[in-house]
Amino acid sequence: MSIFDKSAFKFNHQHRLFRTSAISNGQIVQFKLSDIGEGITEVTVKEWYVKEGDSVSQFDSICEVQSDKASVTITSRYDGIIRKLHYNLDEIAFVGKPLVDIETDALKDVASEEDVVETPAVSHEEHTHQEIKGHKTLATPAVRRLAMENNIKLSEVVGTGKDNRILKEDILNYLAKQTGAILPPSPKPEIIPPLPKSETAPAAPKDKGTKIPIPISKPIVFAGKDKTEAVTGFHKAMVKTMTAALKIPHFGYCDEIDLTQLVQLREELKPLAQVRGVKLSFMPFFIKAASLGLMHYPILNASVDENCQNITYKASHNIGVAMDTEQGLIVPNVKNVQVCSVFEIAFELNRLLTLGSAGQLGTNDLTGGTFTLSNIGTIGGTYAKPVILPPEVAIGALGKIQVLPRFNGNGEVFKAQIMNVSWSADHRIIDGATMARFSNLWKSYLESPASMLLDLK
Amino acid sequence: MVIPSSLKNGLRLFYVLKISAAGFKCTANRGLILQSVSSDVYQNLAVEDWIHDNMNLENRQVLFLWRNSPTVVIGRHQNPWQECNLKIMRKKNIKLARRRSGGGTVYHDLGNINFTFFTPKKKYERMENLKLVVKALKGLRPQLDVHATDRYDLLLDGNFKISGTAAKLGRTVAYHHCTLLCSADRFLLSSVLKSPYKGIKSNATPSMPALVKNLFEEDPTLTYEMVMDAVAAEYARCHQIDHHITLINPADETVFPGINNKTKELQTWEWIYGKTPKFSITTCFNMVYEQSLLEVKVDIHVKHGRIEVCNIDLPEQWLPPAMCNELEKNLIGSKFCPSETTALASALLRICPQNYELHSKWSLLCENVMTLM
Repeated sequence: MSIFDKSAFKFNHQHRLFRTSAISNGQIVQFKLSDIGEGITEVTVKEWYVKEGDSVSQFDSICEVQSDKASVTITSRYDGIIRKLHYNLDEIAFVGKPLVDIETDALKDVASEEDVVETPAVSHEEHTHQEIKGHKTLATPAVRRLAMENNIKLSEVVGTGKDNRILKEDILNYLAKQTGAILPPSPKPEIIPPLPKSETAPAAPKDKGTKIPIPISKPIVFAGKDKTEAVTGFHKAMVKTMTAALKIPHFGYCDEIDLTQLVQLREELKPLAQVRGVKLSFMPFFIKAASLGLMHYPILNASVDENCQNITYKASHNIGVAMDTEQGLIVPNVKNVQVCSVFEIAFELNRLLTLGSAGQLGTNDLTGGTFTLSNIGTIGGTYAKPVILPPEVAIGALGKIQVLPRFNGNGEVFKAQIMNVSWSADHRIIDGATMARFSNLWKSYLESPASMLLDLK
Repeated sequence: MVIPSSLKNGLRLFYVLKISAAGFKCTANRGLILQSVSSDVYQNLAVEDWIHDNMNLENRQVLFLWRNSPTVVIGRHQNPWQECNLKIMRKKNIKLARRRSGGGTVYHDLGNINFTFFTPKKKYERMENLKLVVKALKGLRPQLDVHATDRYDLLLDGNFKISGTAAKLGRTVAYHHCTLLCSADRFLLSSVLKSPYKGIKSNATPSMPALVKNLFEEDPTLTYEMVMDAVAAEYARCHQIDHHITLINPADETVFPGINNKTKELQTWEWIYGKTPKFSITTCFNMVYEQSLLEVKVDIHVKHGRIEVCNIDLPEQWLPPAMCNELEKNLIGSKFCPSETTALASALLRICPQNYELHSKWSLLCENVMTLM
């Protein structure tokens, strides 16, 4: 270690290998493609992670290259701004030739191939300061070396020493926070610090199995940023559908259904369905009851043309069931419910659900619906205001089934299984009375399931 | 630092992974042999990521043994549409994964063993690793005719490929992994690795198809357990470490902090499909509509797995041009994916003129366009 006077040291430290000008305009450095091993001389550039004008930090990924079944991530040796990419995608790059040009300030943060530390001359001074992105950072050479060997940028560590000096403990805390303390401290004796107390605790048997608490001395900074992205694909189509839907004048009608008897009935029928390989939920009953109701009020199963000049009464009851999938809300429908038994509906529903969760529903399953039920209650909620799906004219949203106290015919309180239904209908062709009567009919089928037997076809 | 024997296995491994090179007596210092208890490809690939990103391999090397349930694994820069039959895979529930290393496409099932050799970047030497595997196999069955080629494949009887290789190099760490066919389903392998998609133009790394064979077919007494053990023993011998295989659970956050995020990332659509290099599909197909044959020409450009350019050429006036335009316009920006396209096309039908003929033509067209995906 040679001895320098203070002024000479400062000069030397900041201009180690290059002459840098005073402030903003850094040096353009040609970052060459380093040796990859196995005697490889050329690679293909497969992906750029940066573009011209981007700023990079030391160790950020710059690009991905491939050579003979090996994919190599090339990382930056400097902090700076990318000024030039020497290759386009799929071009051959040569080892030893420039890969990118980086404009960088004084090269104090350069990582050489072997991650060499500072020259001994600098460590004469007890405290070295460093311009890092405009902030002076105090740290001893030993601490700076520890940071270098563990790929840490001093600018990211909060110093807890005097004058915000960065101590060995600060580096270790930072490390522990980053990767759960996987990277061990350097083996050199002058650098092995006393381990922070929290790290030695788990070695004692009494702390077996507990997570290591890591003290955080960093002030809480919210680094979130707004993110804007285009609305594409299915979501774009939904925007169009919903915009068209809200042109329809909606009116709502809600009611409460006592499903006590249906709950009991389903319990009886569930094992029978199971034997036939079908999972029986409440939906098949709701769907069949809706179809029976539609036979009396066919206007709810109709469609109007664009200017509401013609109304088409659909013969088939293709009842849609709203499904929440990875894509978003999709509505497959059960075809011709008017000729299906409750069991057949349950079977078909199982098929649609399985395909839906696998993302394998076909266009046939997703089109041709005439009336829709949305069982939002499986997720939660009681009342809703569903939006009609064109070209349909009505929709029902089913809330969750709750156990609530109600009065029976004798004035006694009993436990009732209550579900709320919220209907929306196209007020241009459907009036409140029609909706109410349909709802009452649907409700009566579900409140006394035996009555469904009378009208089943 | 002495490890108390009372510590649970998981915590013990955590410390073994943590320990610095100097001053530790156990041979885990010089090398480690790990074996995964999971057959989930994403979890196992995440282990590789984790070791690559977190372990200090300065003076230590690691061998990782793993097997997967039926999966097709494509290389970092490959195009799944070009490499495999996605339709069969969807039907048979065979997963698709993209690994971070280069190279070609392989089929994994529980009859295939994967070996990953982790070394410091300076000690990256694939041929040495393959020679180790060959030596282990010959140690088990001296008459076995296995050798490594200069393309880093292992050939059985001079003709049949039983192992393929790929590698990933980072800043300080490198890993080389290879497969080994012991008793894999060869017929499923060949049907799944044949792409049905025509007209693809792409700069993605292509795979080289090869004749394959299982070790089991050569010698039915060879099991995957024997092979894994033999390679581990040879590795232990070469690196002068204990022949001790440590079982690891890739879902254990206490041993591998942060690994579940890596597993999740490997399962995202953006990684698996979105990382496909730009490509285009230019092809034509025939549709039958009410006894007439129609020719449709399609030109679709896909970037980051999403449709960038979409041109569909239909016979004159078969479908109102406005409708065809609507489909093309909405497909742009959409994922090149059948379920997304189906959902999109069905939603759009709701706001089209309600006409049975138009609807059935539209559905027919969309179903056919989806067969390209």
